[in-house]
Amino acid sequence: MEAVVFIFSLLDCCALIFLSVYFIITLSDLECDYINARSCCSKLNKWVIPEMIGHSVVSVLMLVSLHWFIFLLNLPVATWNIYRFIMVPSGNMGVFDPTEIHNRGQLKSHMKEAMIKLGFHLLCFFMYLYSMILALIND
Amino acid sequence: MEEQGSCIERKLLRAKRGPGGPAQSQMQVPSGYGLHHQNYIAASGHYSQGPGKMAASPLDGQCSDYYSGLYTPPAQKVAASSTASHEGAQQVYSGGPPAPPLLGAPPGLVPGASSTASLMHTSASQPYPSFVNYYSSPAVYTANSSAASQGFPATCHYSVSTVSNAVHPSVCYSSPPPGDPYTRVFTSQNALVAGSGREGSFPGQNAALSHPSALGPLPSQQHQQQQQQTLSGFNTLSWSVPGLPPAQDNLLRNHAGSVASASNSPAGPVAVSPAGPGMQNVPPPRPVSTVLPGAPSARGPPAGKYPQESAALGTQPSELTLQKGMQYGDYVNNQASSAPTPLSSTSDDEEEEEDEEAGVDSSSTTSSASPVPNSYDALEGGSYADMHSSSASSPAPDPAPDPDPVPAPTAPQSVRMAKPFGHGYPTLQPGYQNAAAPLTSGVQPSGPVAFQQYPQQYPGVNQLSSSLGGLSLQSSPQPESLRPVNLTQEKDVLPTTPVWAPVPNLNMDLKKLNCSPDSFRCTLTNIPQTQALLNKAKLPLGLLLHPFRDLTQLPVITSNTIVRCRSCRTYINPFVSFIDQRRWKCNLCYRVNDVPEEFMYNPLTRSYGEPHKRPEVQNSTVEFIASSDYMLRPPQPAVYLFVLDVSHNAVEAGYLTVLCQSLLENLDKLPGDSRTRIGFMTFDSTIHFYSLQEGLSQPQMLIVSDIDDVFLPTPDGLLVNLYESKELIKVLLNALPNMFTNTRETHSALGPALQAAFKLMSPTGGRVSVFQTQLPSLGAGLLQSREDPNQRSSTKVVQHLGPATDFYKKLALDCSGQQTAVDLFLLSSQYSDLASLACMSKYSAGCIYYYPSFHCTHNPSQAEKLQKDLKRYLTRKIGFEAVMRIRCTKGLSMHTFHGNFFVRSTDLLSLANINPDAGFAVQLSIEENLTDTSLVCFQTALLYTSSKGERRIRVHTLCLPVVSSLADVYAGVDVQAAVCLLANMAVDRSVSSSLSDARDALVNAVVDSLSAYGSTVSNFQHSGLIAPASLKLFPLYVLALLKQKAFRTGTSTRLDDRVYAMCQIKSQPLVHLMKMIHPNLYRIDRLTDEGAVHVNDRVVPQPPLLKLSAEKLTREGAFLMDCGSVFYIWIGNGCDSHFIEDVLGYPNFASVPQKMTHLPELDTLSSERTRSFLTWLRDSRPLSPVLHLVKDESPAKTEFFQHLVEDRTEAAFSYYEFLVHVQQQICK
Repeated sequence: MEAVVFIFSLLDCCALIFLSVYFIITLSDLECDYINARSCCSKLNKWVIPEMIGHSVVSVLMLVSLHWFIFLLNLPVATWNIYRFIMVPSGNMGVFDPTEIHNRGQLKSHMKEAMIKLGFHLLCFFMYLYSMILALIND
Repeated sequence: MEEQGSCIERKLLRAKRGPGGPAQSQMQVPSGYGLHHQNYIAASGHYSQGPGKMAASPLDGQCSDYYSGLYTPPAQKVAASSTASHEGAQQVYSGGPPAPPLLGAPPGLVPGASSTASLMHTSASQPYPSFVNYYSSPAVYTANSSAASQGFPATCHYSVSTVSNAVHPSVCYSSPPPGDPYTRVFTSQNALVAGSGREGSFPGQNAALSHPSALGPLPSQQHQQQQQQTLSGFNTLSWSVPGLPPAQDNLLRNHAGSVASASNSPAGPVAVSPAGPGMQNVPPPRPVSTVLPGAPSARGPPAGKYPQESAALGTQPSELTLQKGMQYGDYVNNQASSAPTPLSSTSDDEEEEEDEEAGVDSSSTTSSASPVPNSYDALEGGSYADMHSSSASSPAPDPAPDPDPVPAPTAPQSVRMAKPFGHGYPTLQPGYQNAAAPLTSGVQPSGPVAFQQYPQQYPGVNQLSSSLGGLSLQSSPQPESLRPVNLTQEKDVLPTTPVWAPVPNLNMDLKKLNCSPDSFRCTLTNIPQTQALLNKAKLPLGLLLHPFRDLTQLPVITSNTIVRCRSCRTYINPFVSFIDQRRWKCNLCYRVNDVPEEFMYNPLTRSYGEPHKRPEVQNSTVEFIASSDYMLRPPQPAVYLFVLDVSHNAVEAGYLTVLCQSLLENLDKLPGDSRTRIGFMTFDSTIHFYSLQEGLSQPQMLIVSDIDDVFLPTPDGLLVNLYESKELIKVLLNALPNMFTNTRETHSALGPALQAAFKLMSPTGGRVSVFQTQLPSLGAGLLQSREDPNQRSSTKVVQHLGPATDFYKKLALDCSGQQTAVDLFLLSSQYSDLASLACMSKYSAGCIYYYPSFHCTHNPSQAEKLQKDLKRYLTRKIGFEAVMRIRCTKGLSMHTFHGNFFVRSTDLLSLANINPDAGFAVQLSIEENLTDTSLVCFQTALLYTSSKGERRIRVHTLCLPVVSSLADVYAGVDVQAAVCLLANMAVDRSVSSSLSDARDALVNAVVDSLSAYGSTVSNFQHSGLIAPASLKLFPLYVLALLKQKAFRTGTSTRLDDRVYAMCQIKSQPLVHLMKMIHPNLYRIDRLTDEGAVHVNDRVVPQPPLLKLSAEKLTREGAFLMDCGSVFYIWIGNGCDSHFIEDVLGYPNFASVPQKMTHLPELDTLSSERTRSFLTWLRDSRPLSPVLHLVKDESPAKTEFFQHLVEDRTEAAFSYYEFLVHVQQQICK
């Protein structure tokens, strides 16, 4: 059972890693003017909710399966994702707003955020991998 | 509803688009693109029919090359041209046969010039000789008056043209006659003229000009005559200048020119095409450019009035030069003809096509590590106009020093003034080194006062700087701007004269080349070397731009190659350094670039090998006519769509009458060419289209009631050619106000109407003007009322400053993508959620006008304001499909932009429309230390399509020194710019965070900067609040800002009013914004002529500015408050009865009515003075302000008193209390 939980988490984590990489690539494309702000933001906004769900699911799963440490590790990031989504002003077009992304260094902070998440997901990835192997051996 | 619209046929279309709908045949949208090819070629052929000397073929080839290719020029252009020539709007001239032109030009020829225009365009086959006659004659006279007036011989070898439109906004940029791509066009007005209009001394000086070999009276008379003739014929001015320079090097000599400008038609273009003697009519294929010196003056007198003297001066015959000139000309000519497109950089440009447009950021990658000091000494000469001595002087290229009548002031002074920068290159060519320093003219904002104070003492730099010191509060001389001021003790911080922008502390040469502060200002005129230093100073760093301002004069350059840095794509500008004749070094990225062959030839001086004297290098504000490399599609025509609310509310307010009337009056003045298109839509709960297809007997109304899925009822006929369907349009405009009088429809489907407008406009782009009178209540984009009236005067939280929905933002971005701007006119008496609606304009680069409680009869002053605003709005210049890129020296970076636009990529602003009243602000940060450079430059390039379908690039370049000490940073603060930038930042803060945060941030800005300054002058006892003189107005302005509608709390402020004030802060240029923040108060019951300025033969009194405090008001006086968009005249109840009688026209105070919006025209001295003062104030701004007369006891006086920012109000500090508060914060 435990193994199944971690296999699922591992897959989910892989997806999140890919998503982070995608965010980084798209944002850096914007930074280099390869795409315009409008298309960049609409691309990214599409993935904000899947990312949020994907991450919440793992967190909840960890809570349910009583892996406290991993749950607490995930909690801040999951909370941040949800908070960011909820706090979008009503007039904005999503977490990434094309009219503001070039202002006040938002692009940089989005980039930084995506980098941090990538690091975090990589960490989680190895953690899940280790736990999975452990679980499989124990079985 | 059906009973209305007697003359308008209606169709109700309920069907969705489908078979039932009207037949669709896609209209050829930009009719006529590509058509015109052969005409151009014909034209070129015609040019090349020179006197045999020219090889026709290369030229021909070139022309066709130039125009063929991807983008063929719009056909209509040509058509336009021919019509234009009838108006006499265009002149073409070229150097005639060398000898005779100078003196021999018979006056009679000028009229000929007018006909030449038509000749040029109409007849390709016209034999050349006829041209010669025409051209050679008018050609010669003088040039740049200012230069002449300063006694510099070397100046103005080129022709100068003036266009009268400068003063007036309405004017659209002139386009050169389509037939000849090579002509230069400019619009300009010589500043000098403006100056002389106001100040008696100017003309005198002009006259006094001593030219080494000035023309005798005879020629000058001739000139005058010619001019007059032109004037009468065309209502234009034309004059041109032959080379003044002393003998040897005047190649210019042959340069004949005539210029004309139509002062009466908005289209009045002036084309000037100098040509080498050898080249006859063929303008040198690549080069050429003309510069127009002069001072811009926003309030300049109408162009038509030019002092004759200036034009007449400075002609000077010399035969020797002719020969030389010929040789040069031949040389160039050979070059030109032998190599059709030799320029390496041309191809380069092509391949890099359009980085502006394409948004490809070719950011700097190269940089030469060794920062070679710039040799600015080499670059002098013409000054940028804006200054009052408009001088386009290009010193004689000859190695032998010019026999200047006046000893060149330059060397010593400039060295003295020069800061560490400006080392000359030892290896410079002689020509580079001995350039005589031209006039010293201060860099100061234009304006009457500036003129007045600008004596022409050019030999004395001392005098100059002292006059500068007097002029501006914080001008460069450090002692003054750094003088510590104890704010709590100094009673009158506000000077009695208007505050001018500080002058960057550069050496004289750079100073006068620098961009006008009206167009380009930086909050710190001394840029700190490092971010750490900037942080220490606690001052905002940013730029304030007014890039598309109406300029009175502007050098317009046509050349095949627009010289730009290869790596960072910076346009060549006065602050680059020429390493030698063949290479220049970019001042932004420090890359060394080659000087293209074409650039070696200077069309102004007709000399070769002096790239540093090209107009691009002599003027920090220039305009290029862009080639097809700068187009992604053929230039769009001017397209205007009006979307009008006709719900019950709107009909009740009655704005339609005002609008239709204004439109009818200004229909012919709408900027555009023969392709101009116009359309109308109205909406209530349904959307009504009007088919105005040519051929219909009356306009046809098509009603679409399916607002959930909007479609266009007919593919064509909705946007129609203005000229072809003018009659129908007039019928419609006459009918519209009465068509809906009995409507009971109260709903407003704004969203769907906008979607329909977007569909209608997307093939071409253009301008959509939306008139809305209530909250949109149907369909997409509907809004709820969010304002709680009880919260209006809340001191705590002000909510709902941001948009409620992203519908309008998305729509704006869609529009922006299709080059469509949406301008919003909100005329509503109730809350209409401007915060949401404004988004449609904010992000599509539109503009927003708001008329609270508009009613055409109950509120006549608003109606009058709408009418005046509409007049300006409809007739002002407009640029389409524009993009603006701001570049700055490596090490600086821009991080936040303010204004109405969409930031498409890091430094590229996408502006679907650009109008002359739009201002922008940019925040900067210092990313890399600037230790290895002593100067930084900023360049904005605005690429736009003029209303005549021409692609143009307007480039402004600003140069500022870098300093390493904190004291220098403080010395260079431009307090007005800083306050405006802070206001912009505060608006962002209040939307993204909260209003109270924004207010705290404003107060902290004062506290931080003053405490940072206080710590640098620690030796002062802390008895008071110490500020450097440059910052002494800072607390006052910030306090004013806190009491501004946008940021005030505690006073009842309607949400829409507040949001509108915020929108204005974001989009107004600095001059207008400052008046909004801190109005000017004058006492007007005792106006005298003391210190008066003269404008257009009128004497304008200049009363001193009073501080905004009730203590300055007396019951015995009458006071005028200038708030930018509103004037208040406050009359005390003990006001002098003479004033009431003579100015207001009433016997006594009691009989003056409560609502008075006009001053009667009385034939008394004081009435005349008052009115001329008011008119003068009015002329200085684009939107005519409304006048309110406020009697002492009238209820309206709170309106007036709320602007007295230095006084205490229930909810806010007085000025003194604010200072004490700041002091406490500092001590904490």
